[in-house]
Amino acid sequence: MLEDLFKVVKTRFNGTEGKSDEGVRKKDIPDDLLFKCPRCLQTIFSEEYAALNKVCPSCNYHGRLTVNERLRLTIDKGSFVEYDSDMISKNPIDFPGYAEKQAKLRCETNLKDAVVTGEATIRGIKVVIGVMDSRYMMASMGSVVGEKLTRAIETATEKKLPVIFFCASGGARMQEGIISLMQMAKTSGAIAKHSEQGLLYISVLTDPTTGGVTASFASLGDIIIAEPKVVIGFAGRRVIEGTIKQRLPDYFQTAEFMLEKGFVDMIVERKRMRSTLAHLLKLHGYTDENRYNN
Amino acid sequence: MNKLSAYERLELIRHKNRPTVRDYIPQIFDEFYEIHGDRLYGDDGAIIGGIGRLGERPVTVLAQVKGRNIEENKKSNFAMPHPEGYRKALRLAKQAEKFKRPIICLIDTPGAFCGVEAEARGQGEAIAKNLAEFMMLRTPVISIVLGEGGSGGALALGVCDELAMLENALYSVISPRGFANILWKDASREREACQIVKCTAEDLMRFGVAETIIPEPVGGAHNDLYKISENIKEFLLEKVEEKCQKDIDLLLKERYTKFRKIGEFEENEDIAN
Repeated sequence: MLEDLFKVVKTRFNGTEGKSDEGVRKKDIPDDLLFKCPRCLQTIFSEEYAALNKVCPSCNYHGRLTVNERLRLTIDKGSFVEYDSDMISKNPIDFPGYAEKQAKLRCETNLKDAVVTGEATIRGIKVVIGVMDSRYMMASMGSVVGEKLTRAIETATEKKLPVIFFCASGGARMQEGIISLMQMAKTSGAIAKHSEQGLLYISVLTDPTTGGVTASFASLGDIIIAEPKVVIGFAGRRVIEGTIKQRLPDYFQTAEFMLEKGFVDMIVERKRMRSTLAHLLKLHGYTDENRYNN
Repeated sequence: MNKLSAYERLELIRHKNRPTVRDYIPQIFDEFYEIHGDRLYGDDGAIIGGIGRLGERPVTVLAQVKGRNIEENKKSNFAMPHPEGYRKALRLAKQAEKFKRPIICLIDTPGAFCGVEAEARGQGEAIAKNLAEFMMLRTPVISIVLGEGGSGGALALGVCDELAMLENALYSVISPRGFANILWKDASREREACQIVKCTAEDLMRFGVAETIIPEPVGGAHNDLYKISENIKEFLLEKVEEKCQKDIDLLLKERYTKFRKIGEFEENEDIAN
């Protein structure tokens, strides 16, 4: 009897896993029974965490989503048309093990690099959207991330569409050397040109947004939104702690800290993200007629 | 003459007598008035800005300052700027644009400062803003890496029409030390890291990041300040003139393209995993 009960529980977990994210989630959480919140250290069932769209029920930390999860929560179902889905990076500085690492990650994540870009609608309003996925080398920015984002921005400029980027990143991808640094200038330049045309760019900062991405397109939004309790900063916390030789308070480099310091416009909970984006788009004159104009 | 390794160059640019912008400015510019402050928070000693005369032409100079001794380094924070440094640079760049002065950026920094105050005042935002704004500045911008070009902290003065490297200068996404630290959790493996990260002037020419290498006197810049200053000045006179002659819309287009084309990737490949 007891055995049967376990069986029921087991199938229930498996069932939810499969349904919730086309089998991708299994790889997302290898230790897939429990989730420990990195902020409040409370442990909950992964199933519960997933059902809450990866928001911690005790402290409201907004956890990391995969690209598919993010798109599902943000855009109109079936509206996504992906750009540049085949692009993969080379190994410009012959960094040892880089190619192998990428091959492995491509298998594990079903991604080709750390960002997915494309066109979609949000409550009928057409946008160019980019979503970074921290499972892929901590969503660091190398050639592919830089090129895909730049192309997406340029397409938006051409088609007079707003841009929405869900940022998450460890920074520039050092495995690509100086070339990754230049992606900061490239993406920022493209944003400047998009902006020059009077078009809207909303940057959404998710966990974690740091380094060269904070120091480029992530900080250039006309409107900068952050999810609650996520990490946002330029320098790594450990680097700073190493410099000043003391522990920094937990509050340092959080979304709330950045809001207080004036570098984030608003903190928006995941459950209200879609409607907030739709309203902001409308306030800037974008309507769902956009989809018929082009 | 044997070619120096990246690590030997690193040792050269760390030489205690390596000239700094305080040595170069009087040699290169006929007049120089330093201009202070970002008008928002304060004046950052790590970046000096000012108006000078290059030959016949007024120019705006933005330069990262390495100290020549402890006293100077205290003031200039070892050339690691805070956000107000980048904001001062942007203010003066806008001023240069207004008065149609070309801008000369002299880069020499281990990186933007990593500290609590720098974060609280928006280090990321300050650098990002410079990248976007410099891309659109309607006046020529010429940057030279004098010694160390460290990461975003260098790039914030590096969005330009022409990037030159002094022969022994290094420019990288992360300092070799930081690289070794992240990669092997061992900062002492700097020498190895230096080779892997590919950050010499020649590497940068190959990647299309730099356009010119300015030769240094035998043994390094510190051996002949007069000669190296002359080389820099010659380069600047030529390039400033060339860029000033150019139609500004074309110049901006070329500046955008210069960065736009950097990146190594492939498409439509069979990705066999």
